[in-house]
Amino acid sequence: MSAAGAEAAPRGGDTACAAPAEPVIEVRELVTHYGPREILRGVSLAVDEGEIRVIMGGSGSGKSTLLRHMVALERPTSGSIRLLGQELTALSARERDRLLRRVGVAFQGGALLSSLTVLENLLLPLREHTDLDDRTMRIMARMKLEVVDLAGFEDLMPSELSGGMLKRAALARAIVMDPKLLFCDEPSAGLDPVVSASLDELILRLRDALRMTIVVVTHELESAFRIADRITVLDRGEVLLTGTVGEIRASENQRIQDLLHRRADDTPPDPDEYMRRLTGAAAGGREVRGRR
Amino acid sequence: MEAEGRALPAPARALERVGRAFVRGLDEVGFAAALLAESLYWIVLGRRRDQPVRPAPIFQQMTEIGIAALPIVSVLAATIGVMLSIQGIHTLRDFGAESQIVLGVAISVTREFAPLIVGILVAGRSGSALAARLASMQVNQEIDALRVMGINPVRFLVVPPLLAMGLVVPALTFVAGVLAVLASGLYVGAVLGMSLDAYVEQSLAVVEVGDVLHGLGKSVLFALLITLVGVVNGAGVEGGAEGVGRVTTRSVVHAISAIVLADMVFALVLAT
Repeated sequence: MSAAGAEAAPRGGDTACAAPAEPVIEVRELVTHYGPREILRGVSLAVDEGEIRVIMGGSGSGKSTLLRHMVALERPTSGSIRLLGQELTALSARERDRLLRRVGVAFQGGALLSSLTVLENLLLPLREHTDLDDRTMRIMARMKLEVVDLAGFEDLMPSELSGGMLKRAALARAIVMDPKLLFCDEPSAGLDPVVSASLDELILRLRDALRMTIVVVTHELESAFRIADRITVLDRGEVLLTGTVGEIRASENQRIQDLLHRRADDTPPDPDEYMRRLTGAAAGGREVRGRR
Repeated sequence: MEAEGRALPAPARALERVGRAFVRGLDEVGFAAALLAESLYWIVLGRRRDQPVRPAPIFQQMTEIGIAALPIVSVLAATIGVMLSIQGIHTLRDFGAESQIVLGVAISVTREFAPLIVGILVAGRSGSALAARLASMQVNQEIDALRVMGINPVRFLVVPPLLAMGLVVPALTFVAGVLAVLASGLYVGAVLGMSLDAYVEQSLAVVEVGDVLHGLGKSVLFALLITLVGVVNGAGVEGGAEGVGRVTTRSVVHAISAIVLADMVFALVLAT
């Protein structure tokens, strides 16, 4: 854990209001393509220490892609991502692996290894990255299960857990190495409102109890408003607005209002694009347009 | 690209499909080579990079691939031994040379049938299981989860089965060879009245060290092929649960084809 620059990330005092010198995450002008399609078009955002930041947007807004970039699962076409004071795109594989040990990620479907029990899943990062003895590791893993209210379920296989329990177990695994930074992908998607609310509570509790910075990617408005310190609204690969819940609600941006009020997107479709889809040929589209 | 493809005449379309399949094949071969290189890297340098290859999963895989396959390997090997004897005696009878059956069975089993039958069996049992496991892990984001935990998936998921296969497949081949010869000996003993002792003694006399190495060397190659084909197919899964089924089937077909082709190439190279 002695990677160079590990201490470069400022601790930013204990008081919540003291603004740290450098954000925990700083994304600048992030651009990425899947083939010819541009998914993120110059996304910039900064997340401060101790903050719960919700990245919100509809499907296809690029929020999941943004998350994958922030945890180094994808390489951007251009732009910069600084995580805990280190430039992600400039790190070697080894440095990246070391940095990732201080970052936790809870995936949408849990992504627990299906061949291991819940407890073994939590033990895995400890076994791989620490020299602790087995007893200590087990205690640490059980403590984390306790935190997410899954004590007593440690010997179940992931396939035996309900959706909500899976997400809790995924959270427990994500925090088992005591990360400074936690990413959650759609923590409440696919859950009933009660379970979903309890997961929101859990995320708030994690931040307060473990002093983590948490980034949550979601499309669930209710959950976003309940947990967020600030919300970044993403739409079609661009940041529409970053602000507090109040600022988001008060925004007069049409697309944000649409998102808030679940209105269908009524921007007229691009006629060229539409023709191209119908005729299924780039050349065909052009011909039709010429005739028109 | 696809839109343009639709406008092409049928022969050109067929050619395009062949071309695409060829490029995809090349792509997969390249991926397999890269996987092999990366696996060797982790085996040699893993400890230095704080990501050692752990022995426990290797032993677990060896049990799964090897011990669990012993019964079926034994049955098939014995069957092949008897089948070869029946056909051999039938053919040799025309020349009145039935006693040469010992030579035929011993050499063909050691050099050819034992590695081939074990290879095909392991491809069906364990190669497919490997592909299915990796594919479902890919679909469930488990491989992404490993990556973000700073655990290299090649080191963690590919190296253990690779090493396990590399050790277990030759061992199974050896067992299969011995059992095939013994079974053949029992049958020949019953038909030609030759004692098992004499049969085994003669077999040992005709089989040279080179033959054994030929068979075992080939089985190591088959083990590599089975693992890499399984991993390449598993990692390349697309489209959920249905995709998992598809790549599983595909990996068995590919692995068996690769084994048969490699077998011929191996024979050609070493015979000339």
